[in-house]
Amino acid sequence: MRNKINSSIPADINLIQGIRDGAANSLDSLYTAYFPMILQLVLNNSGSEDDAKDIFQEAVIVLYTKITTENFELKSKLKTYIYAVCRHLWLKKLNQNSRFSAQTFELESVADVEIDLEQHEEKNEQFKLMQHALGQLGEPCKTIIEEFYLNNRSMQEICYQFGYTNADNAKTQKYKCLQRLKKLFFKDGGLEL
Amino acid sequence: MKDAQLINQTEAYLRGEFSPEERAAFELLCKENPDIQQQVNAHKELMVLLAAYGERQRLQHAMDLIHEQIDVVSLKNDLIPTSASVIQLWKRYRANFAIAATVAITAIFGTLLFSGYFADHSSYYSALRREINSIKRSQNVLAKNINSKKGLANPGVFGGTGFALSANGYLATNYHVIKGADSVYIQNAAGDTYKVKTVFVQPEYDIAILQIVDPAFDSFDKLPYAFKKIDSDLGEDVYTLGFPRDEQVYGKGYLSAKTGFAGDTVSYQISIPVNPGNSGGPLLDSKGNVIGIISGKQTRTDGAAFAIKTNYLLKSLEEIPVEDLDKTLSLNKKNTLSSLNRTAQLKKIQDYVFMVRVY
Repeated sequence: MRNKINSSIPADINLIQGIRDGAANSLDSLYTAYFPMILQLVLNNSGSEDDAKDIFQEAVIVLYTKITTENFELKSKLKTYIYAVCRHLWLKKLNQNSRFSAQTFELESVADVEIDLEQHEEKNEQFKLMQHALGQLGEPCKTIIEEFYLNNRSMQEICYQFGYTNADNAKTQKYKCLQRLKKLFFKDGGLEL
Repeated sequence: MKDAQLINQTEAYLRGEFSPEERAAFELLCKENPDIQQQVNAHKELMVLLAAYGERQRLQHAMDLIHEQIDVVSLKNDLIPTSASVIQLWKRYRANFAIAATVAITAIFGTLLFSGYFADHSSYYSALRREINSIKRSQNVLAKNINSKKGLANPGVFGGTGFALSANGYLATNYHVIKGADSVYIQNAAGDTYKVKTVFVQPEYDIAILQIVDPAFDSFDKLPYAFKKIDSDLGEDVYTLGFPRDEQVYGKGYLSAKTGFAGDTVSYQISIPVNPGNSGGPLLDSKGNVIGIISGKQTRTDGAAFAIKTNYLLKSLEEIPVEDLDKTLSLNKKNTLSSLNRTAQLKKIQDYVFMVRVY
């Protein structure tokens, strides 16, 4: 990480480092620190609390993705970045919802919000497809796949959880489930892997 | 189950469950078999996607937990001073309001424009006035605008017609002819002018009674026409004399309805050519009885003029306070015109019909 962040705001660095390390309280303090700002933004621009929640959480996800990629580089303050992302997201939503084009805010290009958001959108699409595929999978496949691939649990744990007598049975079951998942996921137009 | 084995091995490899030897063997296998390498890569991508999806779900869950801790309502109240609901509604819908208002205004003015509202002010002015007047006497006044400037001695500001009621100098005309007058003069067909005063007005019937007060006036000859007390019948032949210009003009028509404008029972509707200046003229039937006083006509309707029934003239005369009459006002009861033809009738009548000039 090239440290372009102004040293006068150590909180940003601390927060970013904390989030990278997966410290729960970092996410907590990020959330509580910046949510009010976004709540105000959305409420003042004909939105509800729930809109603010959705928008802010999406922004945090974008930020999180950015922070956790290796070649991470934040060119602006966290606050500015989050605000810019939220504003972008909210305006987009307003434009979608409204028959009248919303008041035109001029969008100052903070950081590379646009690029980040494009990537975010792409990923969201994939996740949506995955969610759909998992939903169609049915039990116990869904849980097995989730436990193994999403939550990174070992086969032994899964064996124990599902009461399989030997690990080979569990592996066979998991394999079948995976094949079905692939079928569902790629049928829905997922990425060519 | 070669596929299954490969996948198991791939997963074990990627999860770092292999010993270094197994690891090297697996890498060698991949290197030597591009097919296997491709499958491994594909599975790796899927695993990464699934792991990322898992991570996303965990993050979302964590945030939801945090969000539950936040008291959004009090935060909201702190941030936004609550405005009244009307103001909130206004804020939310003001664009809609603006558009609705614009549409309404455009529609109104568009309609007015296309229907010619702005094209002809005078005709609409009359119609407008007709509506206002419809409360009491919804007829267009036929007062003739002789001169636009007030205060000139001659030829008078407004003009109308009047006719003699009795030989001793009483006349009848419309109230609207002499309304607001400084002074009133009458002029007969021969050009003789007399000063008159207003003895009595009955605005609800649009009737005014004048009296000649000019020293040059002595009295008329005996009036040739009588006043018919009962209502005349539909289709009756009627005619009038009046001063729509500076010359006496004869107009002939028929009685077309027993009520006047908008069902006004004080008047008849008559089909007769009348113009501004005819107001106050006598309406006579074919026998030469006065059956009404011309009072107005409806604009934008063909052949609808109105005349006040004689009956109401008589009622008005009865209401004149006795002290206002310095001479007795007795109507002529004997009609000497009935046996004459129209031209002969007119010759007799013309001396009793006057132009009323109002200053």
